Amino acid sequence: MVAIDRIFLHERTGAAALGSLKAAGRAVADPARVFCVMDHIVDTRPGRGDQTLMPGGQAFITETRAAAHEAGLTLFDVTDPDQGIVHVVSPELGIVLPGLTLIAPDSHTCTQGALGALAWGIGSSEAEHAMATGTLRIARPHTMCVRFTGTLSVGVTPKDMILALIARHGAGGGKGHAVEFAGDAVTALDMEARMTLCNMATEFSAMTGMIAPDETTYAWLKGRRYAPQGEDWTRAVAHWRTLPSDAGATYDAEIVIDAADIEPMVGWGTSPEQSVGISGAVPVDAGERALAYMGLQARQPVAGIPIDAAFIGSCTNGRLSDLRRAAALLQGRSIAPGVKALCVPGSSAVKRAAEAEGLDRMFMAAGFEWRESGCSMCFYAGGESFPAGARVVSSTNRNFEGRQGPGIRTHIASPEMVAASAIAGMIADPRELAR
Amino acid sequence: MTPFTRLTAIAAPLLRDNIDTDAIIPSREMKSTGKTGLADGLFAAWRYLKAGGRDPDPAFILNQPYYADAHILLGGSNFGCGSSREHAVWALAEYGISAVIAPSFAPIFAGNCTRNGIVPAPVPATAIAEIAADGGPVTVDLPSQTVSLADGRSWPFEIGGEAKAMLLEGLDAIDLTFKHKADIAAFQAADRMARPWVYFGDIIG
Repeated sequence: MVAIDRIFLHERTGAAALGSLKAAGRAVADPARVFCVMDHIVDTRPGRGDQTLMPGGQAFITETRAAAHEAGLTLFDVTDPDQGIVHVVSPELGIVLPGLTLIAPDSHTCTQGALGALAWGIGSSEAEHAMATGTLRIARPHTMCVRFTGTLSVGVTPKDMILALIARHGAGGGKGHAVEFAGDAVTALDMEARMTLCNMATEFSAMTGMIAPDETTYAWLKGRRYAPQGEDWTRAVAHWRTLPSDAGATYDAEIVIDAADIEPMVGWGTSPEQSVGISGAVPVDAGERALAYMGLQARQPVAGIPIDAAFIGSCTNGRLSDLRRAAALLQGRSIAPGVKALCVPGSSAVKRAAEAEGLDRMFMAAGFEWRESGCSMCFYAGGESFPAGARVVSSTNRNFEGRQGPGIRTHIASPEMVAASAIAGMIADPRELAR
Repeated sequence: MTPFTRLTAIAAPLLRDNIDTDAIIPSREMKSTGKTGLADGLFAAWRYLKAGGRDPDPAFILNQPYYADAHILLGGSNFGCGSSREHAVWALAEYGISAVIAPSFAPIFAGNCTRNGIVPAPVPATAIAEIAADGGPVTVDLPSQTVSLADGRSWPFEIGGEAKAMLLEGLDAIDLTFKHKADIAAFQAADRMARPWVYFGDIIG
């Protein structure tokens, strides 16, 4: 049994979990430590309210809101300045902290392991269990260390690191282990980059990903609203310094990757493991089903594949630094004719900060739509999507069949590659633009 | 939760690796804010001819008459990867699937199965191939942790002790945990002294 320190709900499943708990005559044991956001199906078009393009979507929002209020949870509602994607909002408010256990009925909860927390995604029943009892019953996970040694090449991002890992070791490679990301190329990353790396641990079939807390973590957290203050801060940091793995610690499994070997990556198929470097091609032995769905041929170079749409956002790559790097490539340029392009900030706070820097104007001048924050078109819930059969280059995490809409072909990549591809009208190496 | 002991049934083969929960139930099919009414949306993108439609695609395995009574699925490795949506498991259970046999499972999906009376039985890919080739009824026996065929071929599978007990007895995990309420309260009182920053205000429950 593990004590659970923080719980997040969202409107996609919040009403089901809270409704089921209530129907069983059970209460939330400590509502002060349960938070709820509106992110999954909330509309992202400017001027939004509870209305969504998803048929019946409004009920998910209103029922979750009512249930969250009734249970006394902290709710970041549709129009709240703190609204945003759960894994963007929680770190930016300091709700997740090193050494905490945090769960949410969302597979990308592993994102928050970037702060040295044990954070993992669970189902609705487990969320109920945690709310009712303050605990979860889990088997102790096996451990794995993924060590990125050396230094990343210029123009290579944490998105490329995680895609390279999954491409080499498979979408099942994490085998349910708790994965620690370590090595010089990881400790060199800033906090937002670390979140991108940990975000896709679930695409590796890991239970979670985490990074040892260090000075980068503490400096980033200090002063955030829910982070400890004053004397508590000093005590907390002293405790956090005891958390990192011992030098020479052993793990059930270890993987070492030379960061210098990684180039910008892009997905070609319908699993994140079907990804290659931008200088590469669709593999000779690519599966027929994936090729047919994606409308590609074996041996076809990935650079130059024409695209219809581009998406920047999500819990993987919707933070301020992601938007800055994409905007820098877009500045003074326009997206190719006929390409539909959107930027959806990961949180309302990211949106405000981006607007204060003028990033919104850079995106819009280049031809991107500029949206309100949310999960948006990372997945298709029945509402908004891309044109039928569109080929989308996307800074999201999943390229599954139908993930972004029926027949939509998703190429996952870094925000830089999405920006460069939107300009070129085809999958393109962002390093060539940056030169 | 309905207890599970032993099941002999036809197993429908979906022998692809990385079958994700978006495929098991597309997000657009999660139309209800509750846990029911989901079986219709099971494998919707593969099962029906058109997105959002309900005309069955005769090529899809569960639409073939032989598999109409399938209560077991045979899958590829990393079965149930992707989104944590428990709707995937609710849809399987409502449809009538009580066991999934695959070389490996995504961790969240496996956890969701055992909370809903579905046995996730991991056996090697070679065994999956033999079972699929046999095509006859398959027995999943939870007490002995085996998957077997009518001719006696049998394969052991691993399942956590607690998951097994909960499936066998149809136990409610929350009730089980409530038996330790005093221990949990004692832990939290001590933890509150050691890590005061973890708590906000007073515990109500």
